Amino acid sequence: MSSEKGVLSGSFFMQGDVACAEGAITAGCRFFAGYPITPATEIAQRMAARMPQIGGTYIQMEDELGSMNAVLGASWAGVKAMTATSGPGFSLMMENLGLGIMTETPCVLVNVQRGGPSTGLPTLVAQGDMMQARWGAHGPYEIIALAPSSPQELFDLTIRAFNLSERFRTPVLIMTDAEVGHMTERVVIPPPEEVTIVPRRKPRIPPGDGYQPYVADDDLVPPMAVAGEGYRIHVTGLTHDERGYPATSDDSAQWKLIQRLVNKIRLYKDEIIEVEELYLEDAEVVVVSYGIAARAAMWPIELAHREGIKVGMLRLITVWPFAEEKIRALAERARAFVVPEINWGQIALEVERCAAGRVPVYLVPHPGGDIHKPEQVLAAIRRAVA
Amino acid sequence: MSRIEVRIAGFGGQGIIRSGNIIGTAAAIHDGKYATFTQSYGPESRGGACAAQVIISDEPIHYPHLLDPRILVVMSQGAYNKYVPGLNRDGLLLVDEDLVELGEEAAGLRVLSIPATRLAEEELGRRIVANVVMLGFFAAVTDVVSVDALRQAVLESVPKGTEELNQRAFELGYEYGRRMADGG
Repeated sequence: MSSEKGVLSGSFFMQGDVACAEGAITAGCRFFAGYPITPATEIAQRMAARMPQIGGTYIQMEDELGSMNAVLGASWAGVKAMTATSGPGFSLMMENLGLGIMTETPCVLVNVQRGGPSTGLPTLVAQGDMMQARWGAHGPYEIIALAPSSPQELFDLTIRAFNLSERFRTPVLIMTDAEVGHMTERVVIPPPEEVTIVPRRKPRIPPGDGYQPYVADDDLVPPMAVAGEGYRIHVTGLTHDERGYPATSDDSAQWKLIQRLVNKIRLYKDEIIEVEELYLEDAEVVVVSYGIAARAAMWPIELAHREGIKVGMLRLITVWPFAEEKIRALAERARAFVVPEINWGQIALEVERCAAGRVPVYLVPHPGGDIHKPEQVLAAIRRAVA
Repeated sequence: MSRIEVRIAGFGGQGIIRSGNIIGTAAAIHDGKYATFTQSYGPESRGGACAAQVIISDEPIHYPHLLDPRILVVMSQGAYNKYVPGLNRDGLLLVDEDLVELGEEAAGLRVLSIPATRLAEEELGRRIVANVVMLGFFAAVTDVVSVDALRQAVLESVPKGTEELNQRAFELGYEYGRRMADGG
């Protein structure tokens, strides 16, 4: 059943968390460091079972700070690496997520969101960490975050997250939730030859005096040397020059570095942003949502259609960078946006920003602990056309 | 709409969650349908209330929670008390008759009873397979999944070395259900 690469090609009735772990393995992940936390524990559990089978490493760290740091170290050693957590652990990982962004370290961080703040609702769903995903580390930066709405998509997007992290040399977030993580559905794992894998971009010059670790290619992404291959590298969270050395006496290196860190993602956002559009051709109301909230909103959209309401769905598969242009274009022709999300208004703020006062934006909030009832979203759709 | 919603409920340790997973596997892998399986349980691993929800459909399943459950399987009084009021009045209630006392909530419902735990203990000497007896009964009296698919899913999901025991448990429940159907 399993190939030597560890890809379990076939059809399975598989839990979302397990599908996430198998997606990582399919993408070539061979290092997992983590600290167990509901509802993400099954990812660690699966990795603990699978890594030894395929020559990878599983390590349970002392906490989430150590977990994120171990992942960064593994990536610098040339191994594709991942960690998985939930709200409280996500908060603890923010500092080293910033280190990963600053040092341009490819890796994947999965957040199986649960009710918060603090320890909140350990076993129950929420989407309350979406803005933390965008801005949780300090300083100016861009981030990539994906939001799956089924176990199959969690599998697929975990592969995509690894590929994006290598392509852009940056940590990538998978912002899933307790509902998708603990849901079991059919998951089809393709044969390895049908999976696109983006490899690490290595230096094209040999080790020696000419090599500088932060000289970027034309697309603003620097090739990355692997520790132990002879390249002299210096890796620091301080603002650094192209040699990797701290350059903190004035703002000149900061200007150069931050512009590149931001633009390597911002200028290529069309390559990153993925959305699903349903019934948008003649939609008067556009539901903008993501993850489990978007999936659950499909039923009230069907109910609204039966009432003759022209309503469509823009599902954000990539949440960050934000699909600004798509929403601006929809604001030109729709009458209103409806944004169901399992928090008290986060992505709705972004939709408002892009709508820029042209059309109203109706948030359908939920504090966490359950998905929206269909009638909550249906009521907002009705109000939007009233 | 082809959507069928099933809830199985009891207490932790009865194999409730596993039973939901097995029905979902039968539908999604062996019958080629769409199936979504979710679970709810308390912080305890044994003895606490737990429930498995399975939605089966010929079309992709969007709303992942039960909207209108038509089939309820209960293996504890607590589960009966909690979930029977939410069952559609045209729905089907399957109970372990030794573990559940029917009250006025069940009036008007189609109720089918089996002493699943007693059969597992007396006929097979292992009450742990009571849930598989119930799955055999479920296969006989509903058409949610095909009998072969469910039988296959049971055998795939049980620990190695226990296949024969579980197969016997499944057939015990299935035959009980068939006799009930034949007798009207």
